[in-house]
Amino acid sequence: MSFRLDAVGVVHPNGQRALAALSLAAMAGERVAVIGPSGAGKTTLLRVLGAALRPAEGDVRVLDAAPWDSSAGALKALRARIGTVHQAPPIAPRLRVVTAVLSGRLGRWSTARALRSLLHPSDIEGAHEVLSRLALEDRLFERCDRLSGGQFQRVGVARALYQRPDLLLADEPVSALDPTLADATLGALVAQGEATGATLVASLHAVDLALRWFPRIVGLREGRVAFDRPAAEVTPALLQALYASEGGPATQAPPPPGSDAMPGLPGLPAAADARGLRSVCR
Amino acid sequence: MNTATASRAPRVDPQARRRLATTLAALVVAWPMLVLSDFQPWRLFDRDSLAVLGGFLGAFLPPETAPDFLRLLARATLETLAMATAGTALAFAIGAPLAILGTRALSISRIGPGPLRWRGAALRQMVRSLLMVLRAIPEIVWALLFVRALGLGPAAGVLALAITYGGMLGKVYAEILESTDTRPARALLEGGGGRLAALCYGLLPSTAQELVSYTVYRWECAVRASVVMGFVGAGGLGQLMDQSMKMLNGGEASSILLVFLGLVLLADLLSTFLRRLFA
Repeated sequence: MSFRLDAVGVVHPNGQRALAALSLAAMAGERVAVIGPSGAGKTTLLRVLGAALRPAEGDVRVLDAAPWDSSAGALKALRARIGTVHQAPPIAPRLRVVTAVLSGRLGRWSTARALRSLLHPSDIEGAHEVLSRLALEDRLFERCDRLSGGQFQRVGVARALYQRPDLLLADEPVSALDPTLADATLGALVAQGEATGATLVASLHAVDLALRWFPRIVGLREGRVAFDRPAAEVTPALLQALYASEGGPATQAPPPPGSDAMPGLPGLPAAADARGLRSVCR
Repeated sequence: MNTATASRAPRVDPQARRRLATTLAALVVAWPMLVLSDFQPWRLFDRDSLAVLGGFLGAFLPPETAPDFLRLLARATLETLAMATAGTALAFAIGAPLAILGTRALSISRIGPGPLRWRGAALRQMVRSLLMVLRAIPEIVWALLFVRALGLGPAAGVLALAITYGGMLGKVYAEILESTDTRPARALLEGGGGRLAALCYGLLPSTAQELVSYTVYRWECAVRASVVMGFVGAGGLGQLMDQSMKMLNGGEASSILLVFLGLVLLADLLSTFLRRLFA
């Protein structure tokens, strides 16, 4: 068992409910894509799984541990086994790429090694290997603030890959990438899961990417699980219902000319929906 | 119809009234303060005041350049520099660890928030109170105390600076760390990293410049503070200044002031250089 959530509920400090009685479990090594309209609670769900957010209600078990009943030391050790790719990589822009990637293992390194590595990178080979999987190895010694948005996002992915976690969480990991790179980057995440046996949970805006790379799809709507089934059984009707307020699911492909489809705006022409769905479920 | 909506749109800055009120309120608060502090700057320009000031300043020229005095001045300058540097270094040793303990930006228990968050918050509050006590008592008071315990000389000044400036550095460091983007450090803590590692990988890259610049500025303040402490016998340029003033030797005093000008300039250059280094 990689994780199990039982009737988890989260209410943000501003009073907005993010998750409501949400139950979800995954076996070790599973690959799960979480999709749903914006505001559905995808990020909150990933933060709960990452032991970064403590739900007010319900029961959380991650990697055979109960994070919020653990001692501080056990919780720290548990967090070191969970890797997170954030949508906007939380990396100090002045760091060099190599340092940013190596910081993925700070949870396992001693403080002395961490400080030494700041003076001279302690595992240049390892960082280079991970970056080469994302076609970024030529940026090894560049500073992060010199990178483009897409390159920076891939540095965030590289950091999580270098961590070699047992549970890999990715929150919109390819939102700043063009379709080709997005595909390759998801491929790298999936390959890491297969190579290390890690569980992979990714929230994705692009439904076609989710269906292509993930055997199991969880549709989230208003903080609840709308559906949870194998990718092959996800029907256009399900997606239509899931994204009802957004005028249809988004895809990686650029919107066809003439349709000024704006995700998040209600009242879109039905034709745009149908086009989106066809490209999803081909 | 367009013109109708346009004419109904407000043409007056809706904030104007509030800003005027704020300005008036500030004046209402400031006026009694000026009266209370007996602030009458025009009295500077009375004929009597001008004559006194003129006489006082006139005695400062020319600066004293006798070799004997310059030797004394050089020794006192070194003493002051040593006092300020040792004091700031000790203050750093006190302030930096307290800042790391006291800053919210490096709190692990706030993630979640975890079950120990009240303990964490209590510890941070304790550290903050300690920093407050350290800096609430002016360095001159500490110096008076230590001169009695350690005897005349710079050692008393060093200790006095270390305590007061330790409190200032700790407070400002903690706040600088909180006012930058704290997400990188938080992400590292959420990945199981330690506090020191999160500080060095997540916070220092974006705050090093500001931390260095504030530290050098504090060193500059320490140089100036050493004058005041010299007056109570803590050695250095201040003690020399005290003697010159007591002997009504304006030339010596102005030489000493020129040295101060040079030291502040030096601090400024150092700060600019270090800021460029960490850019």
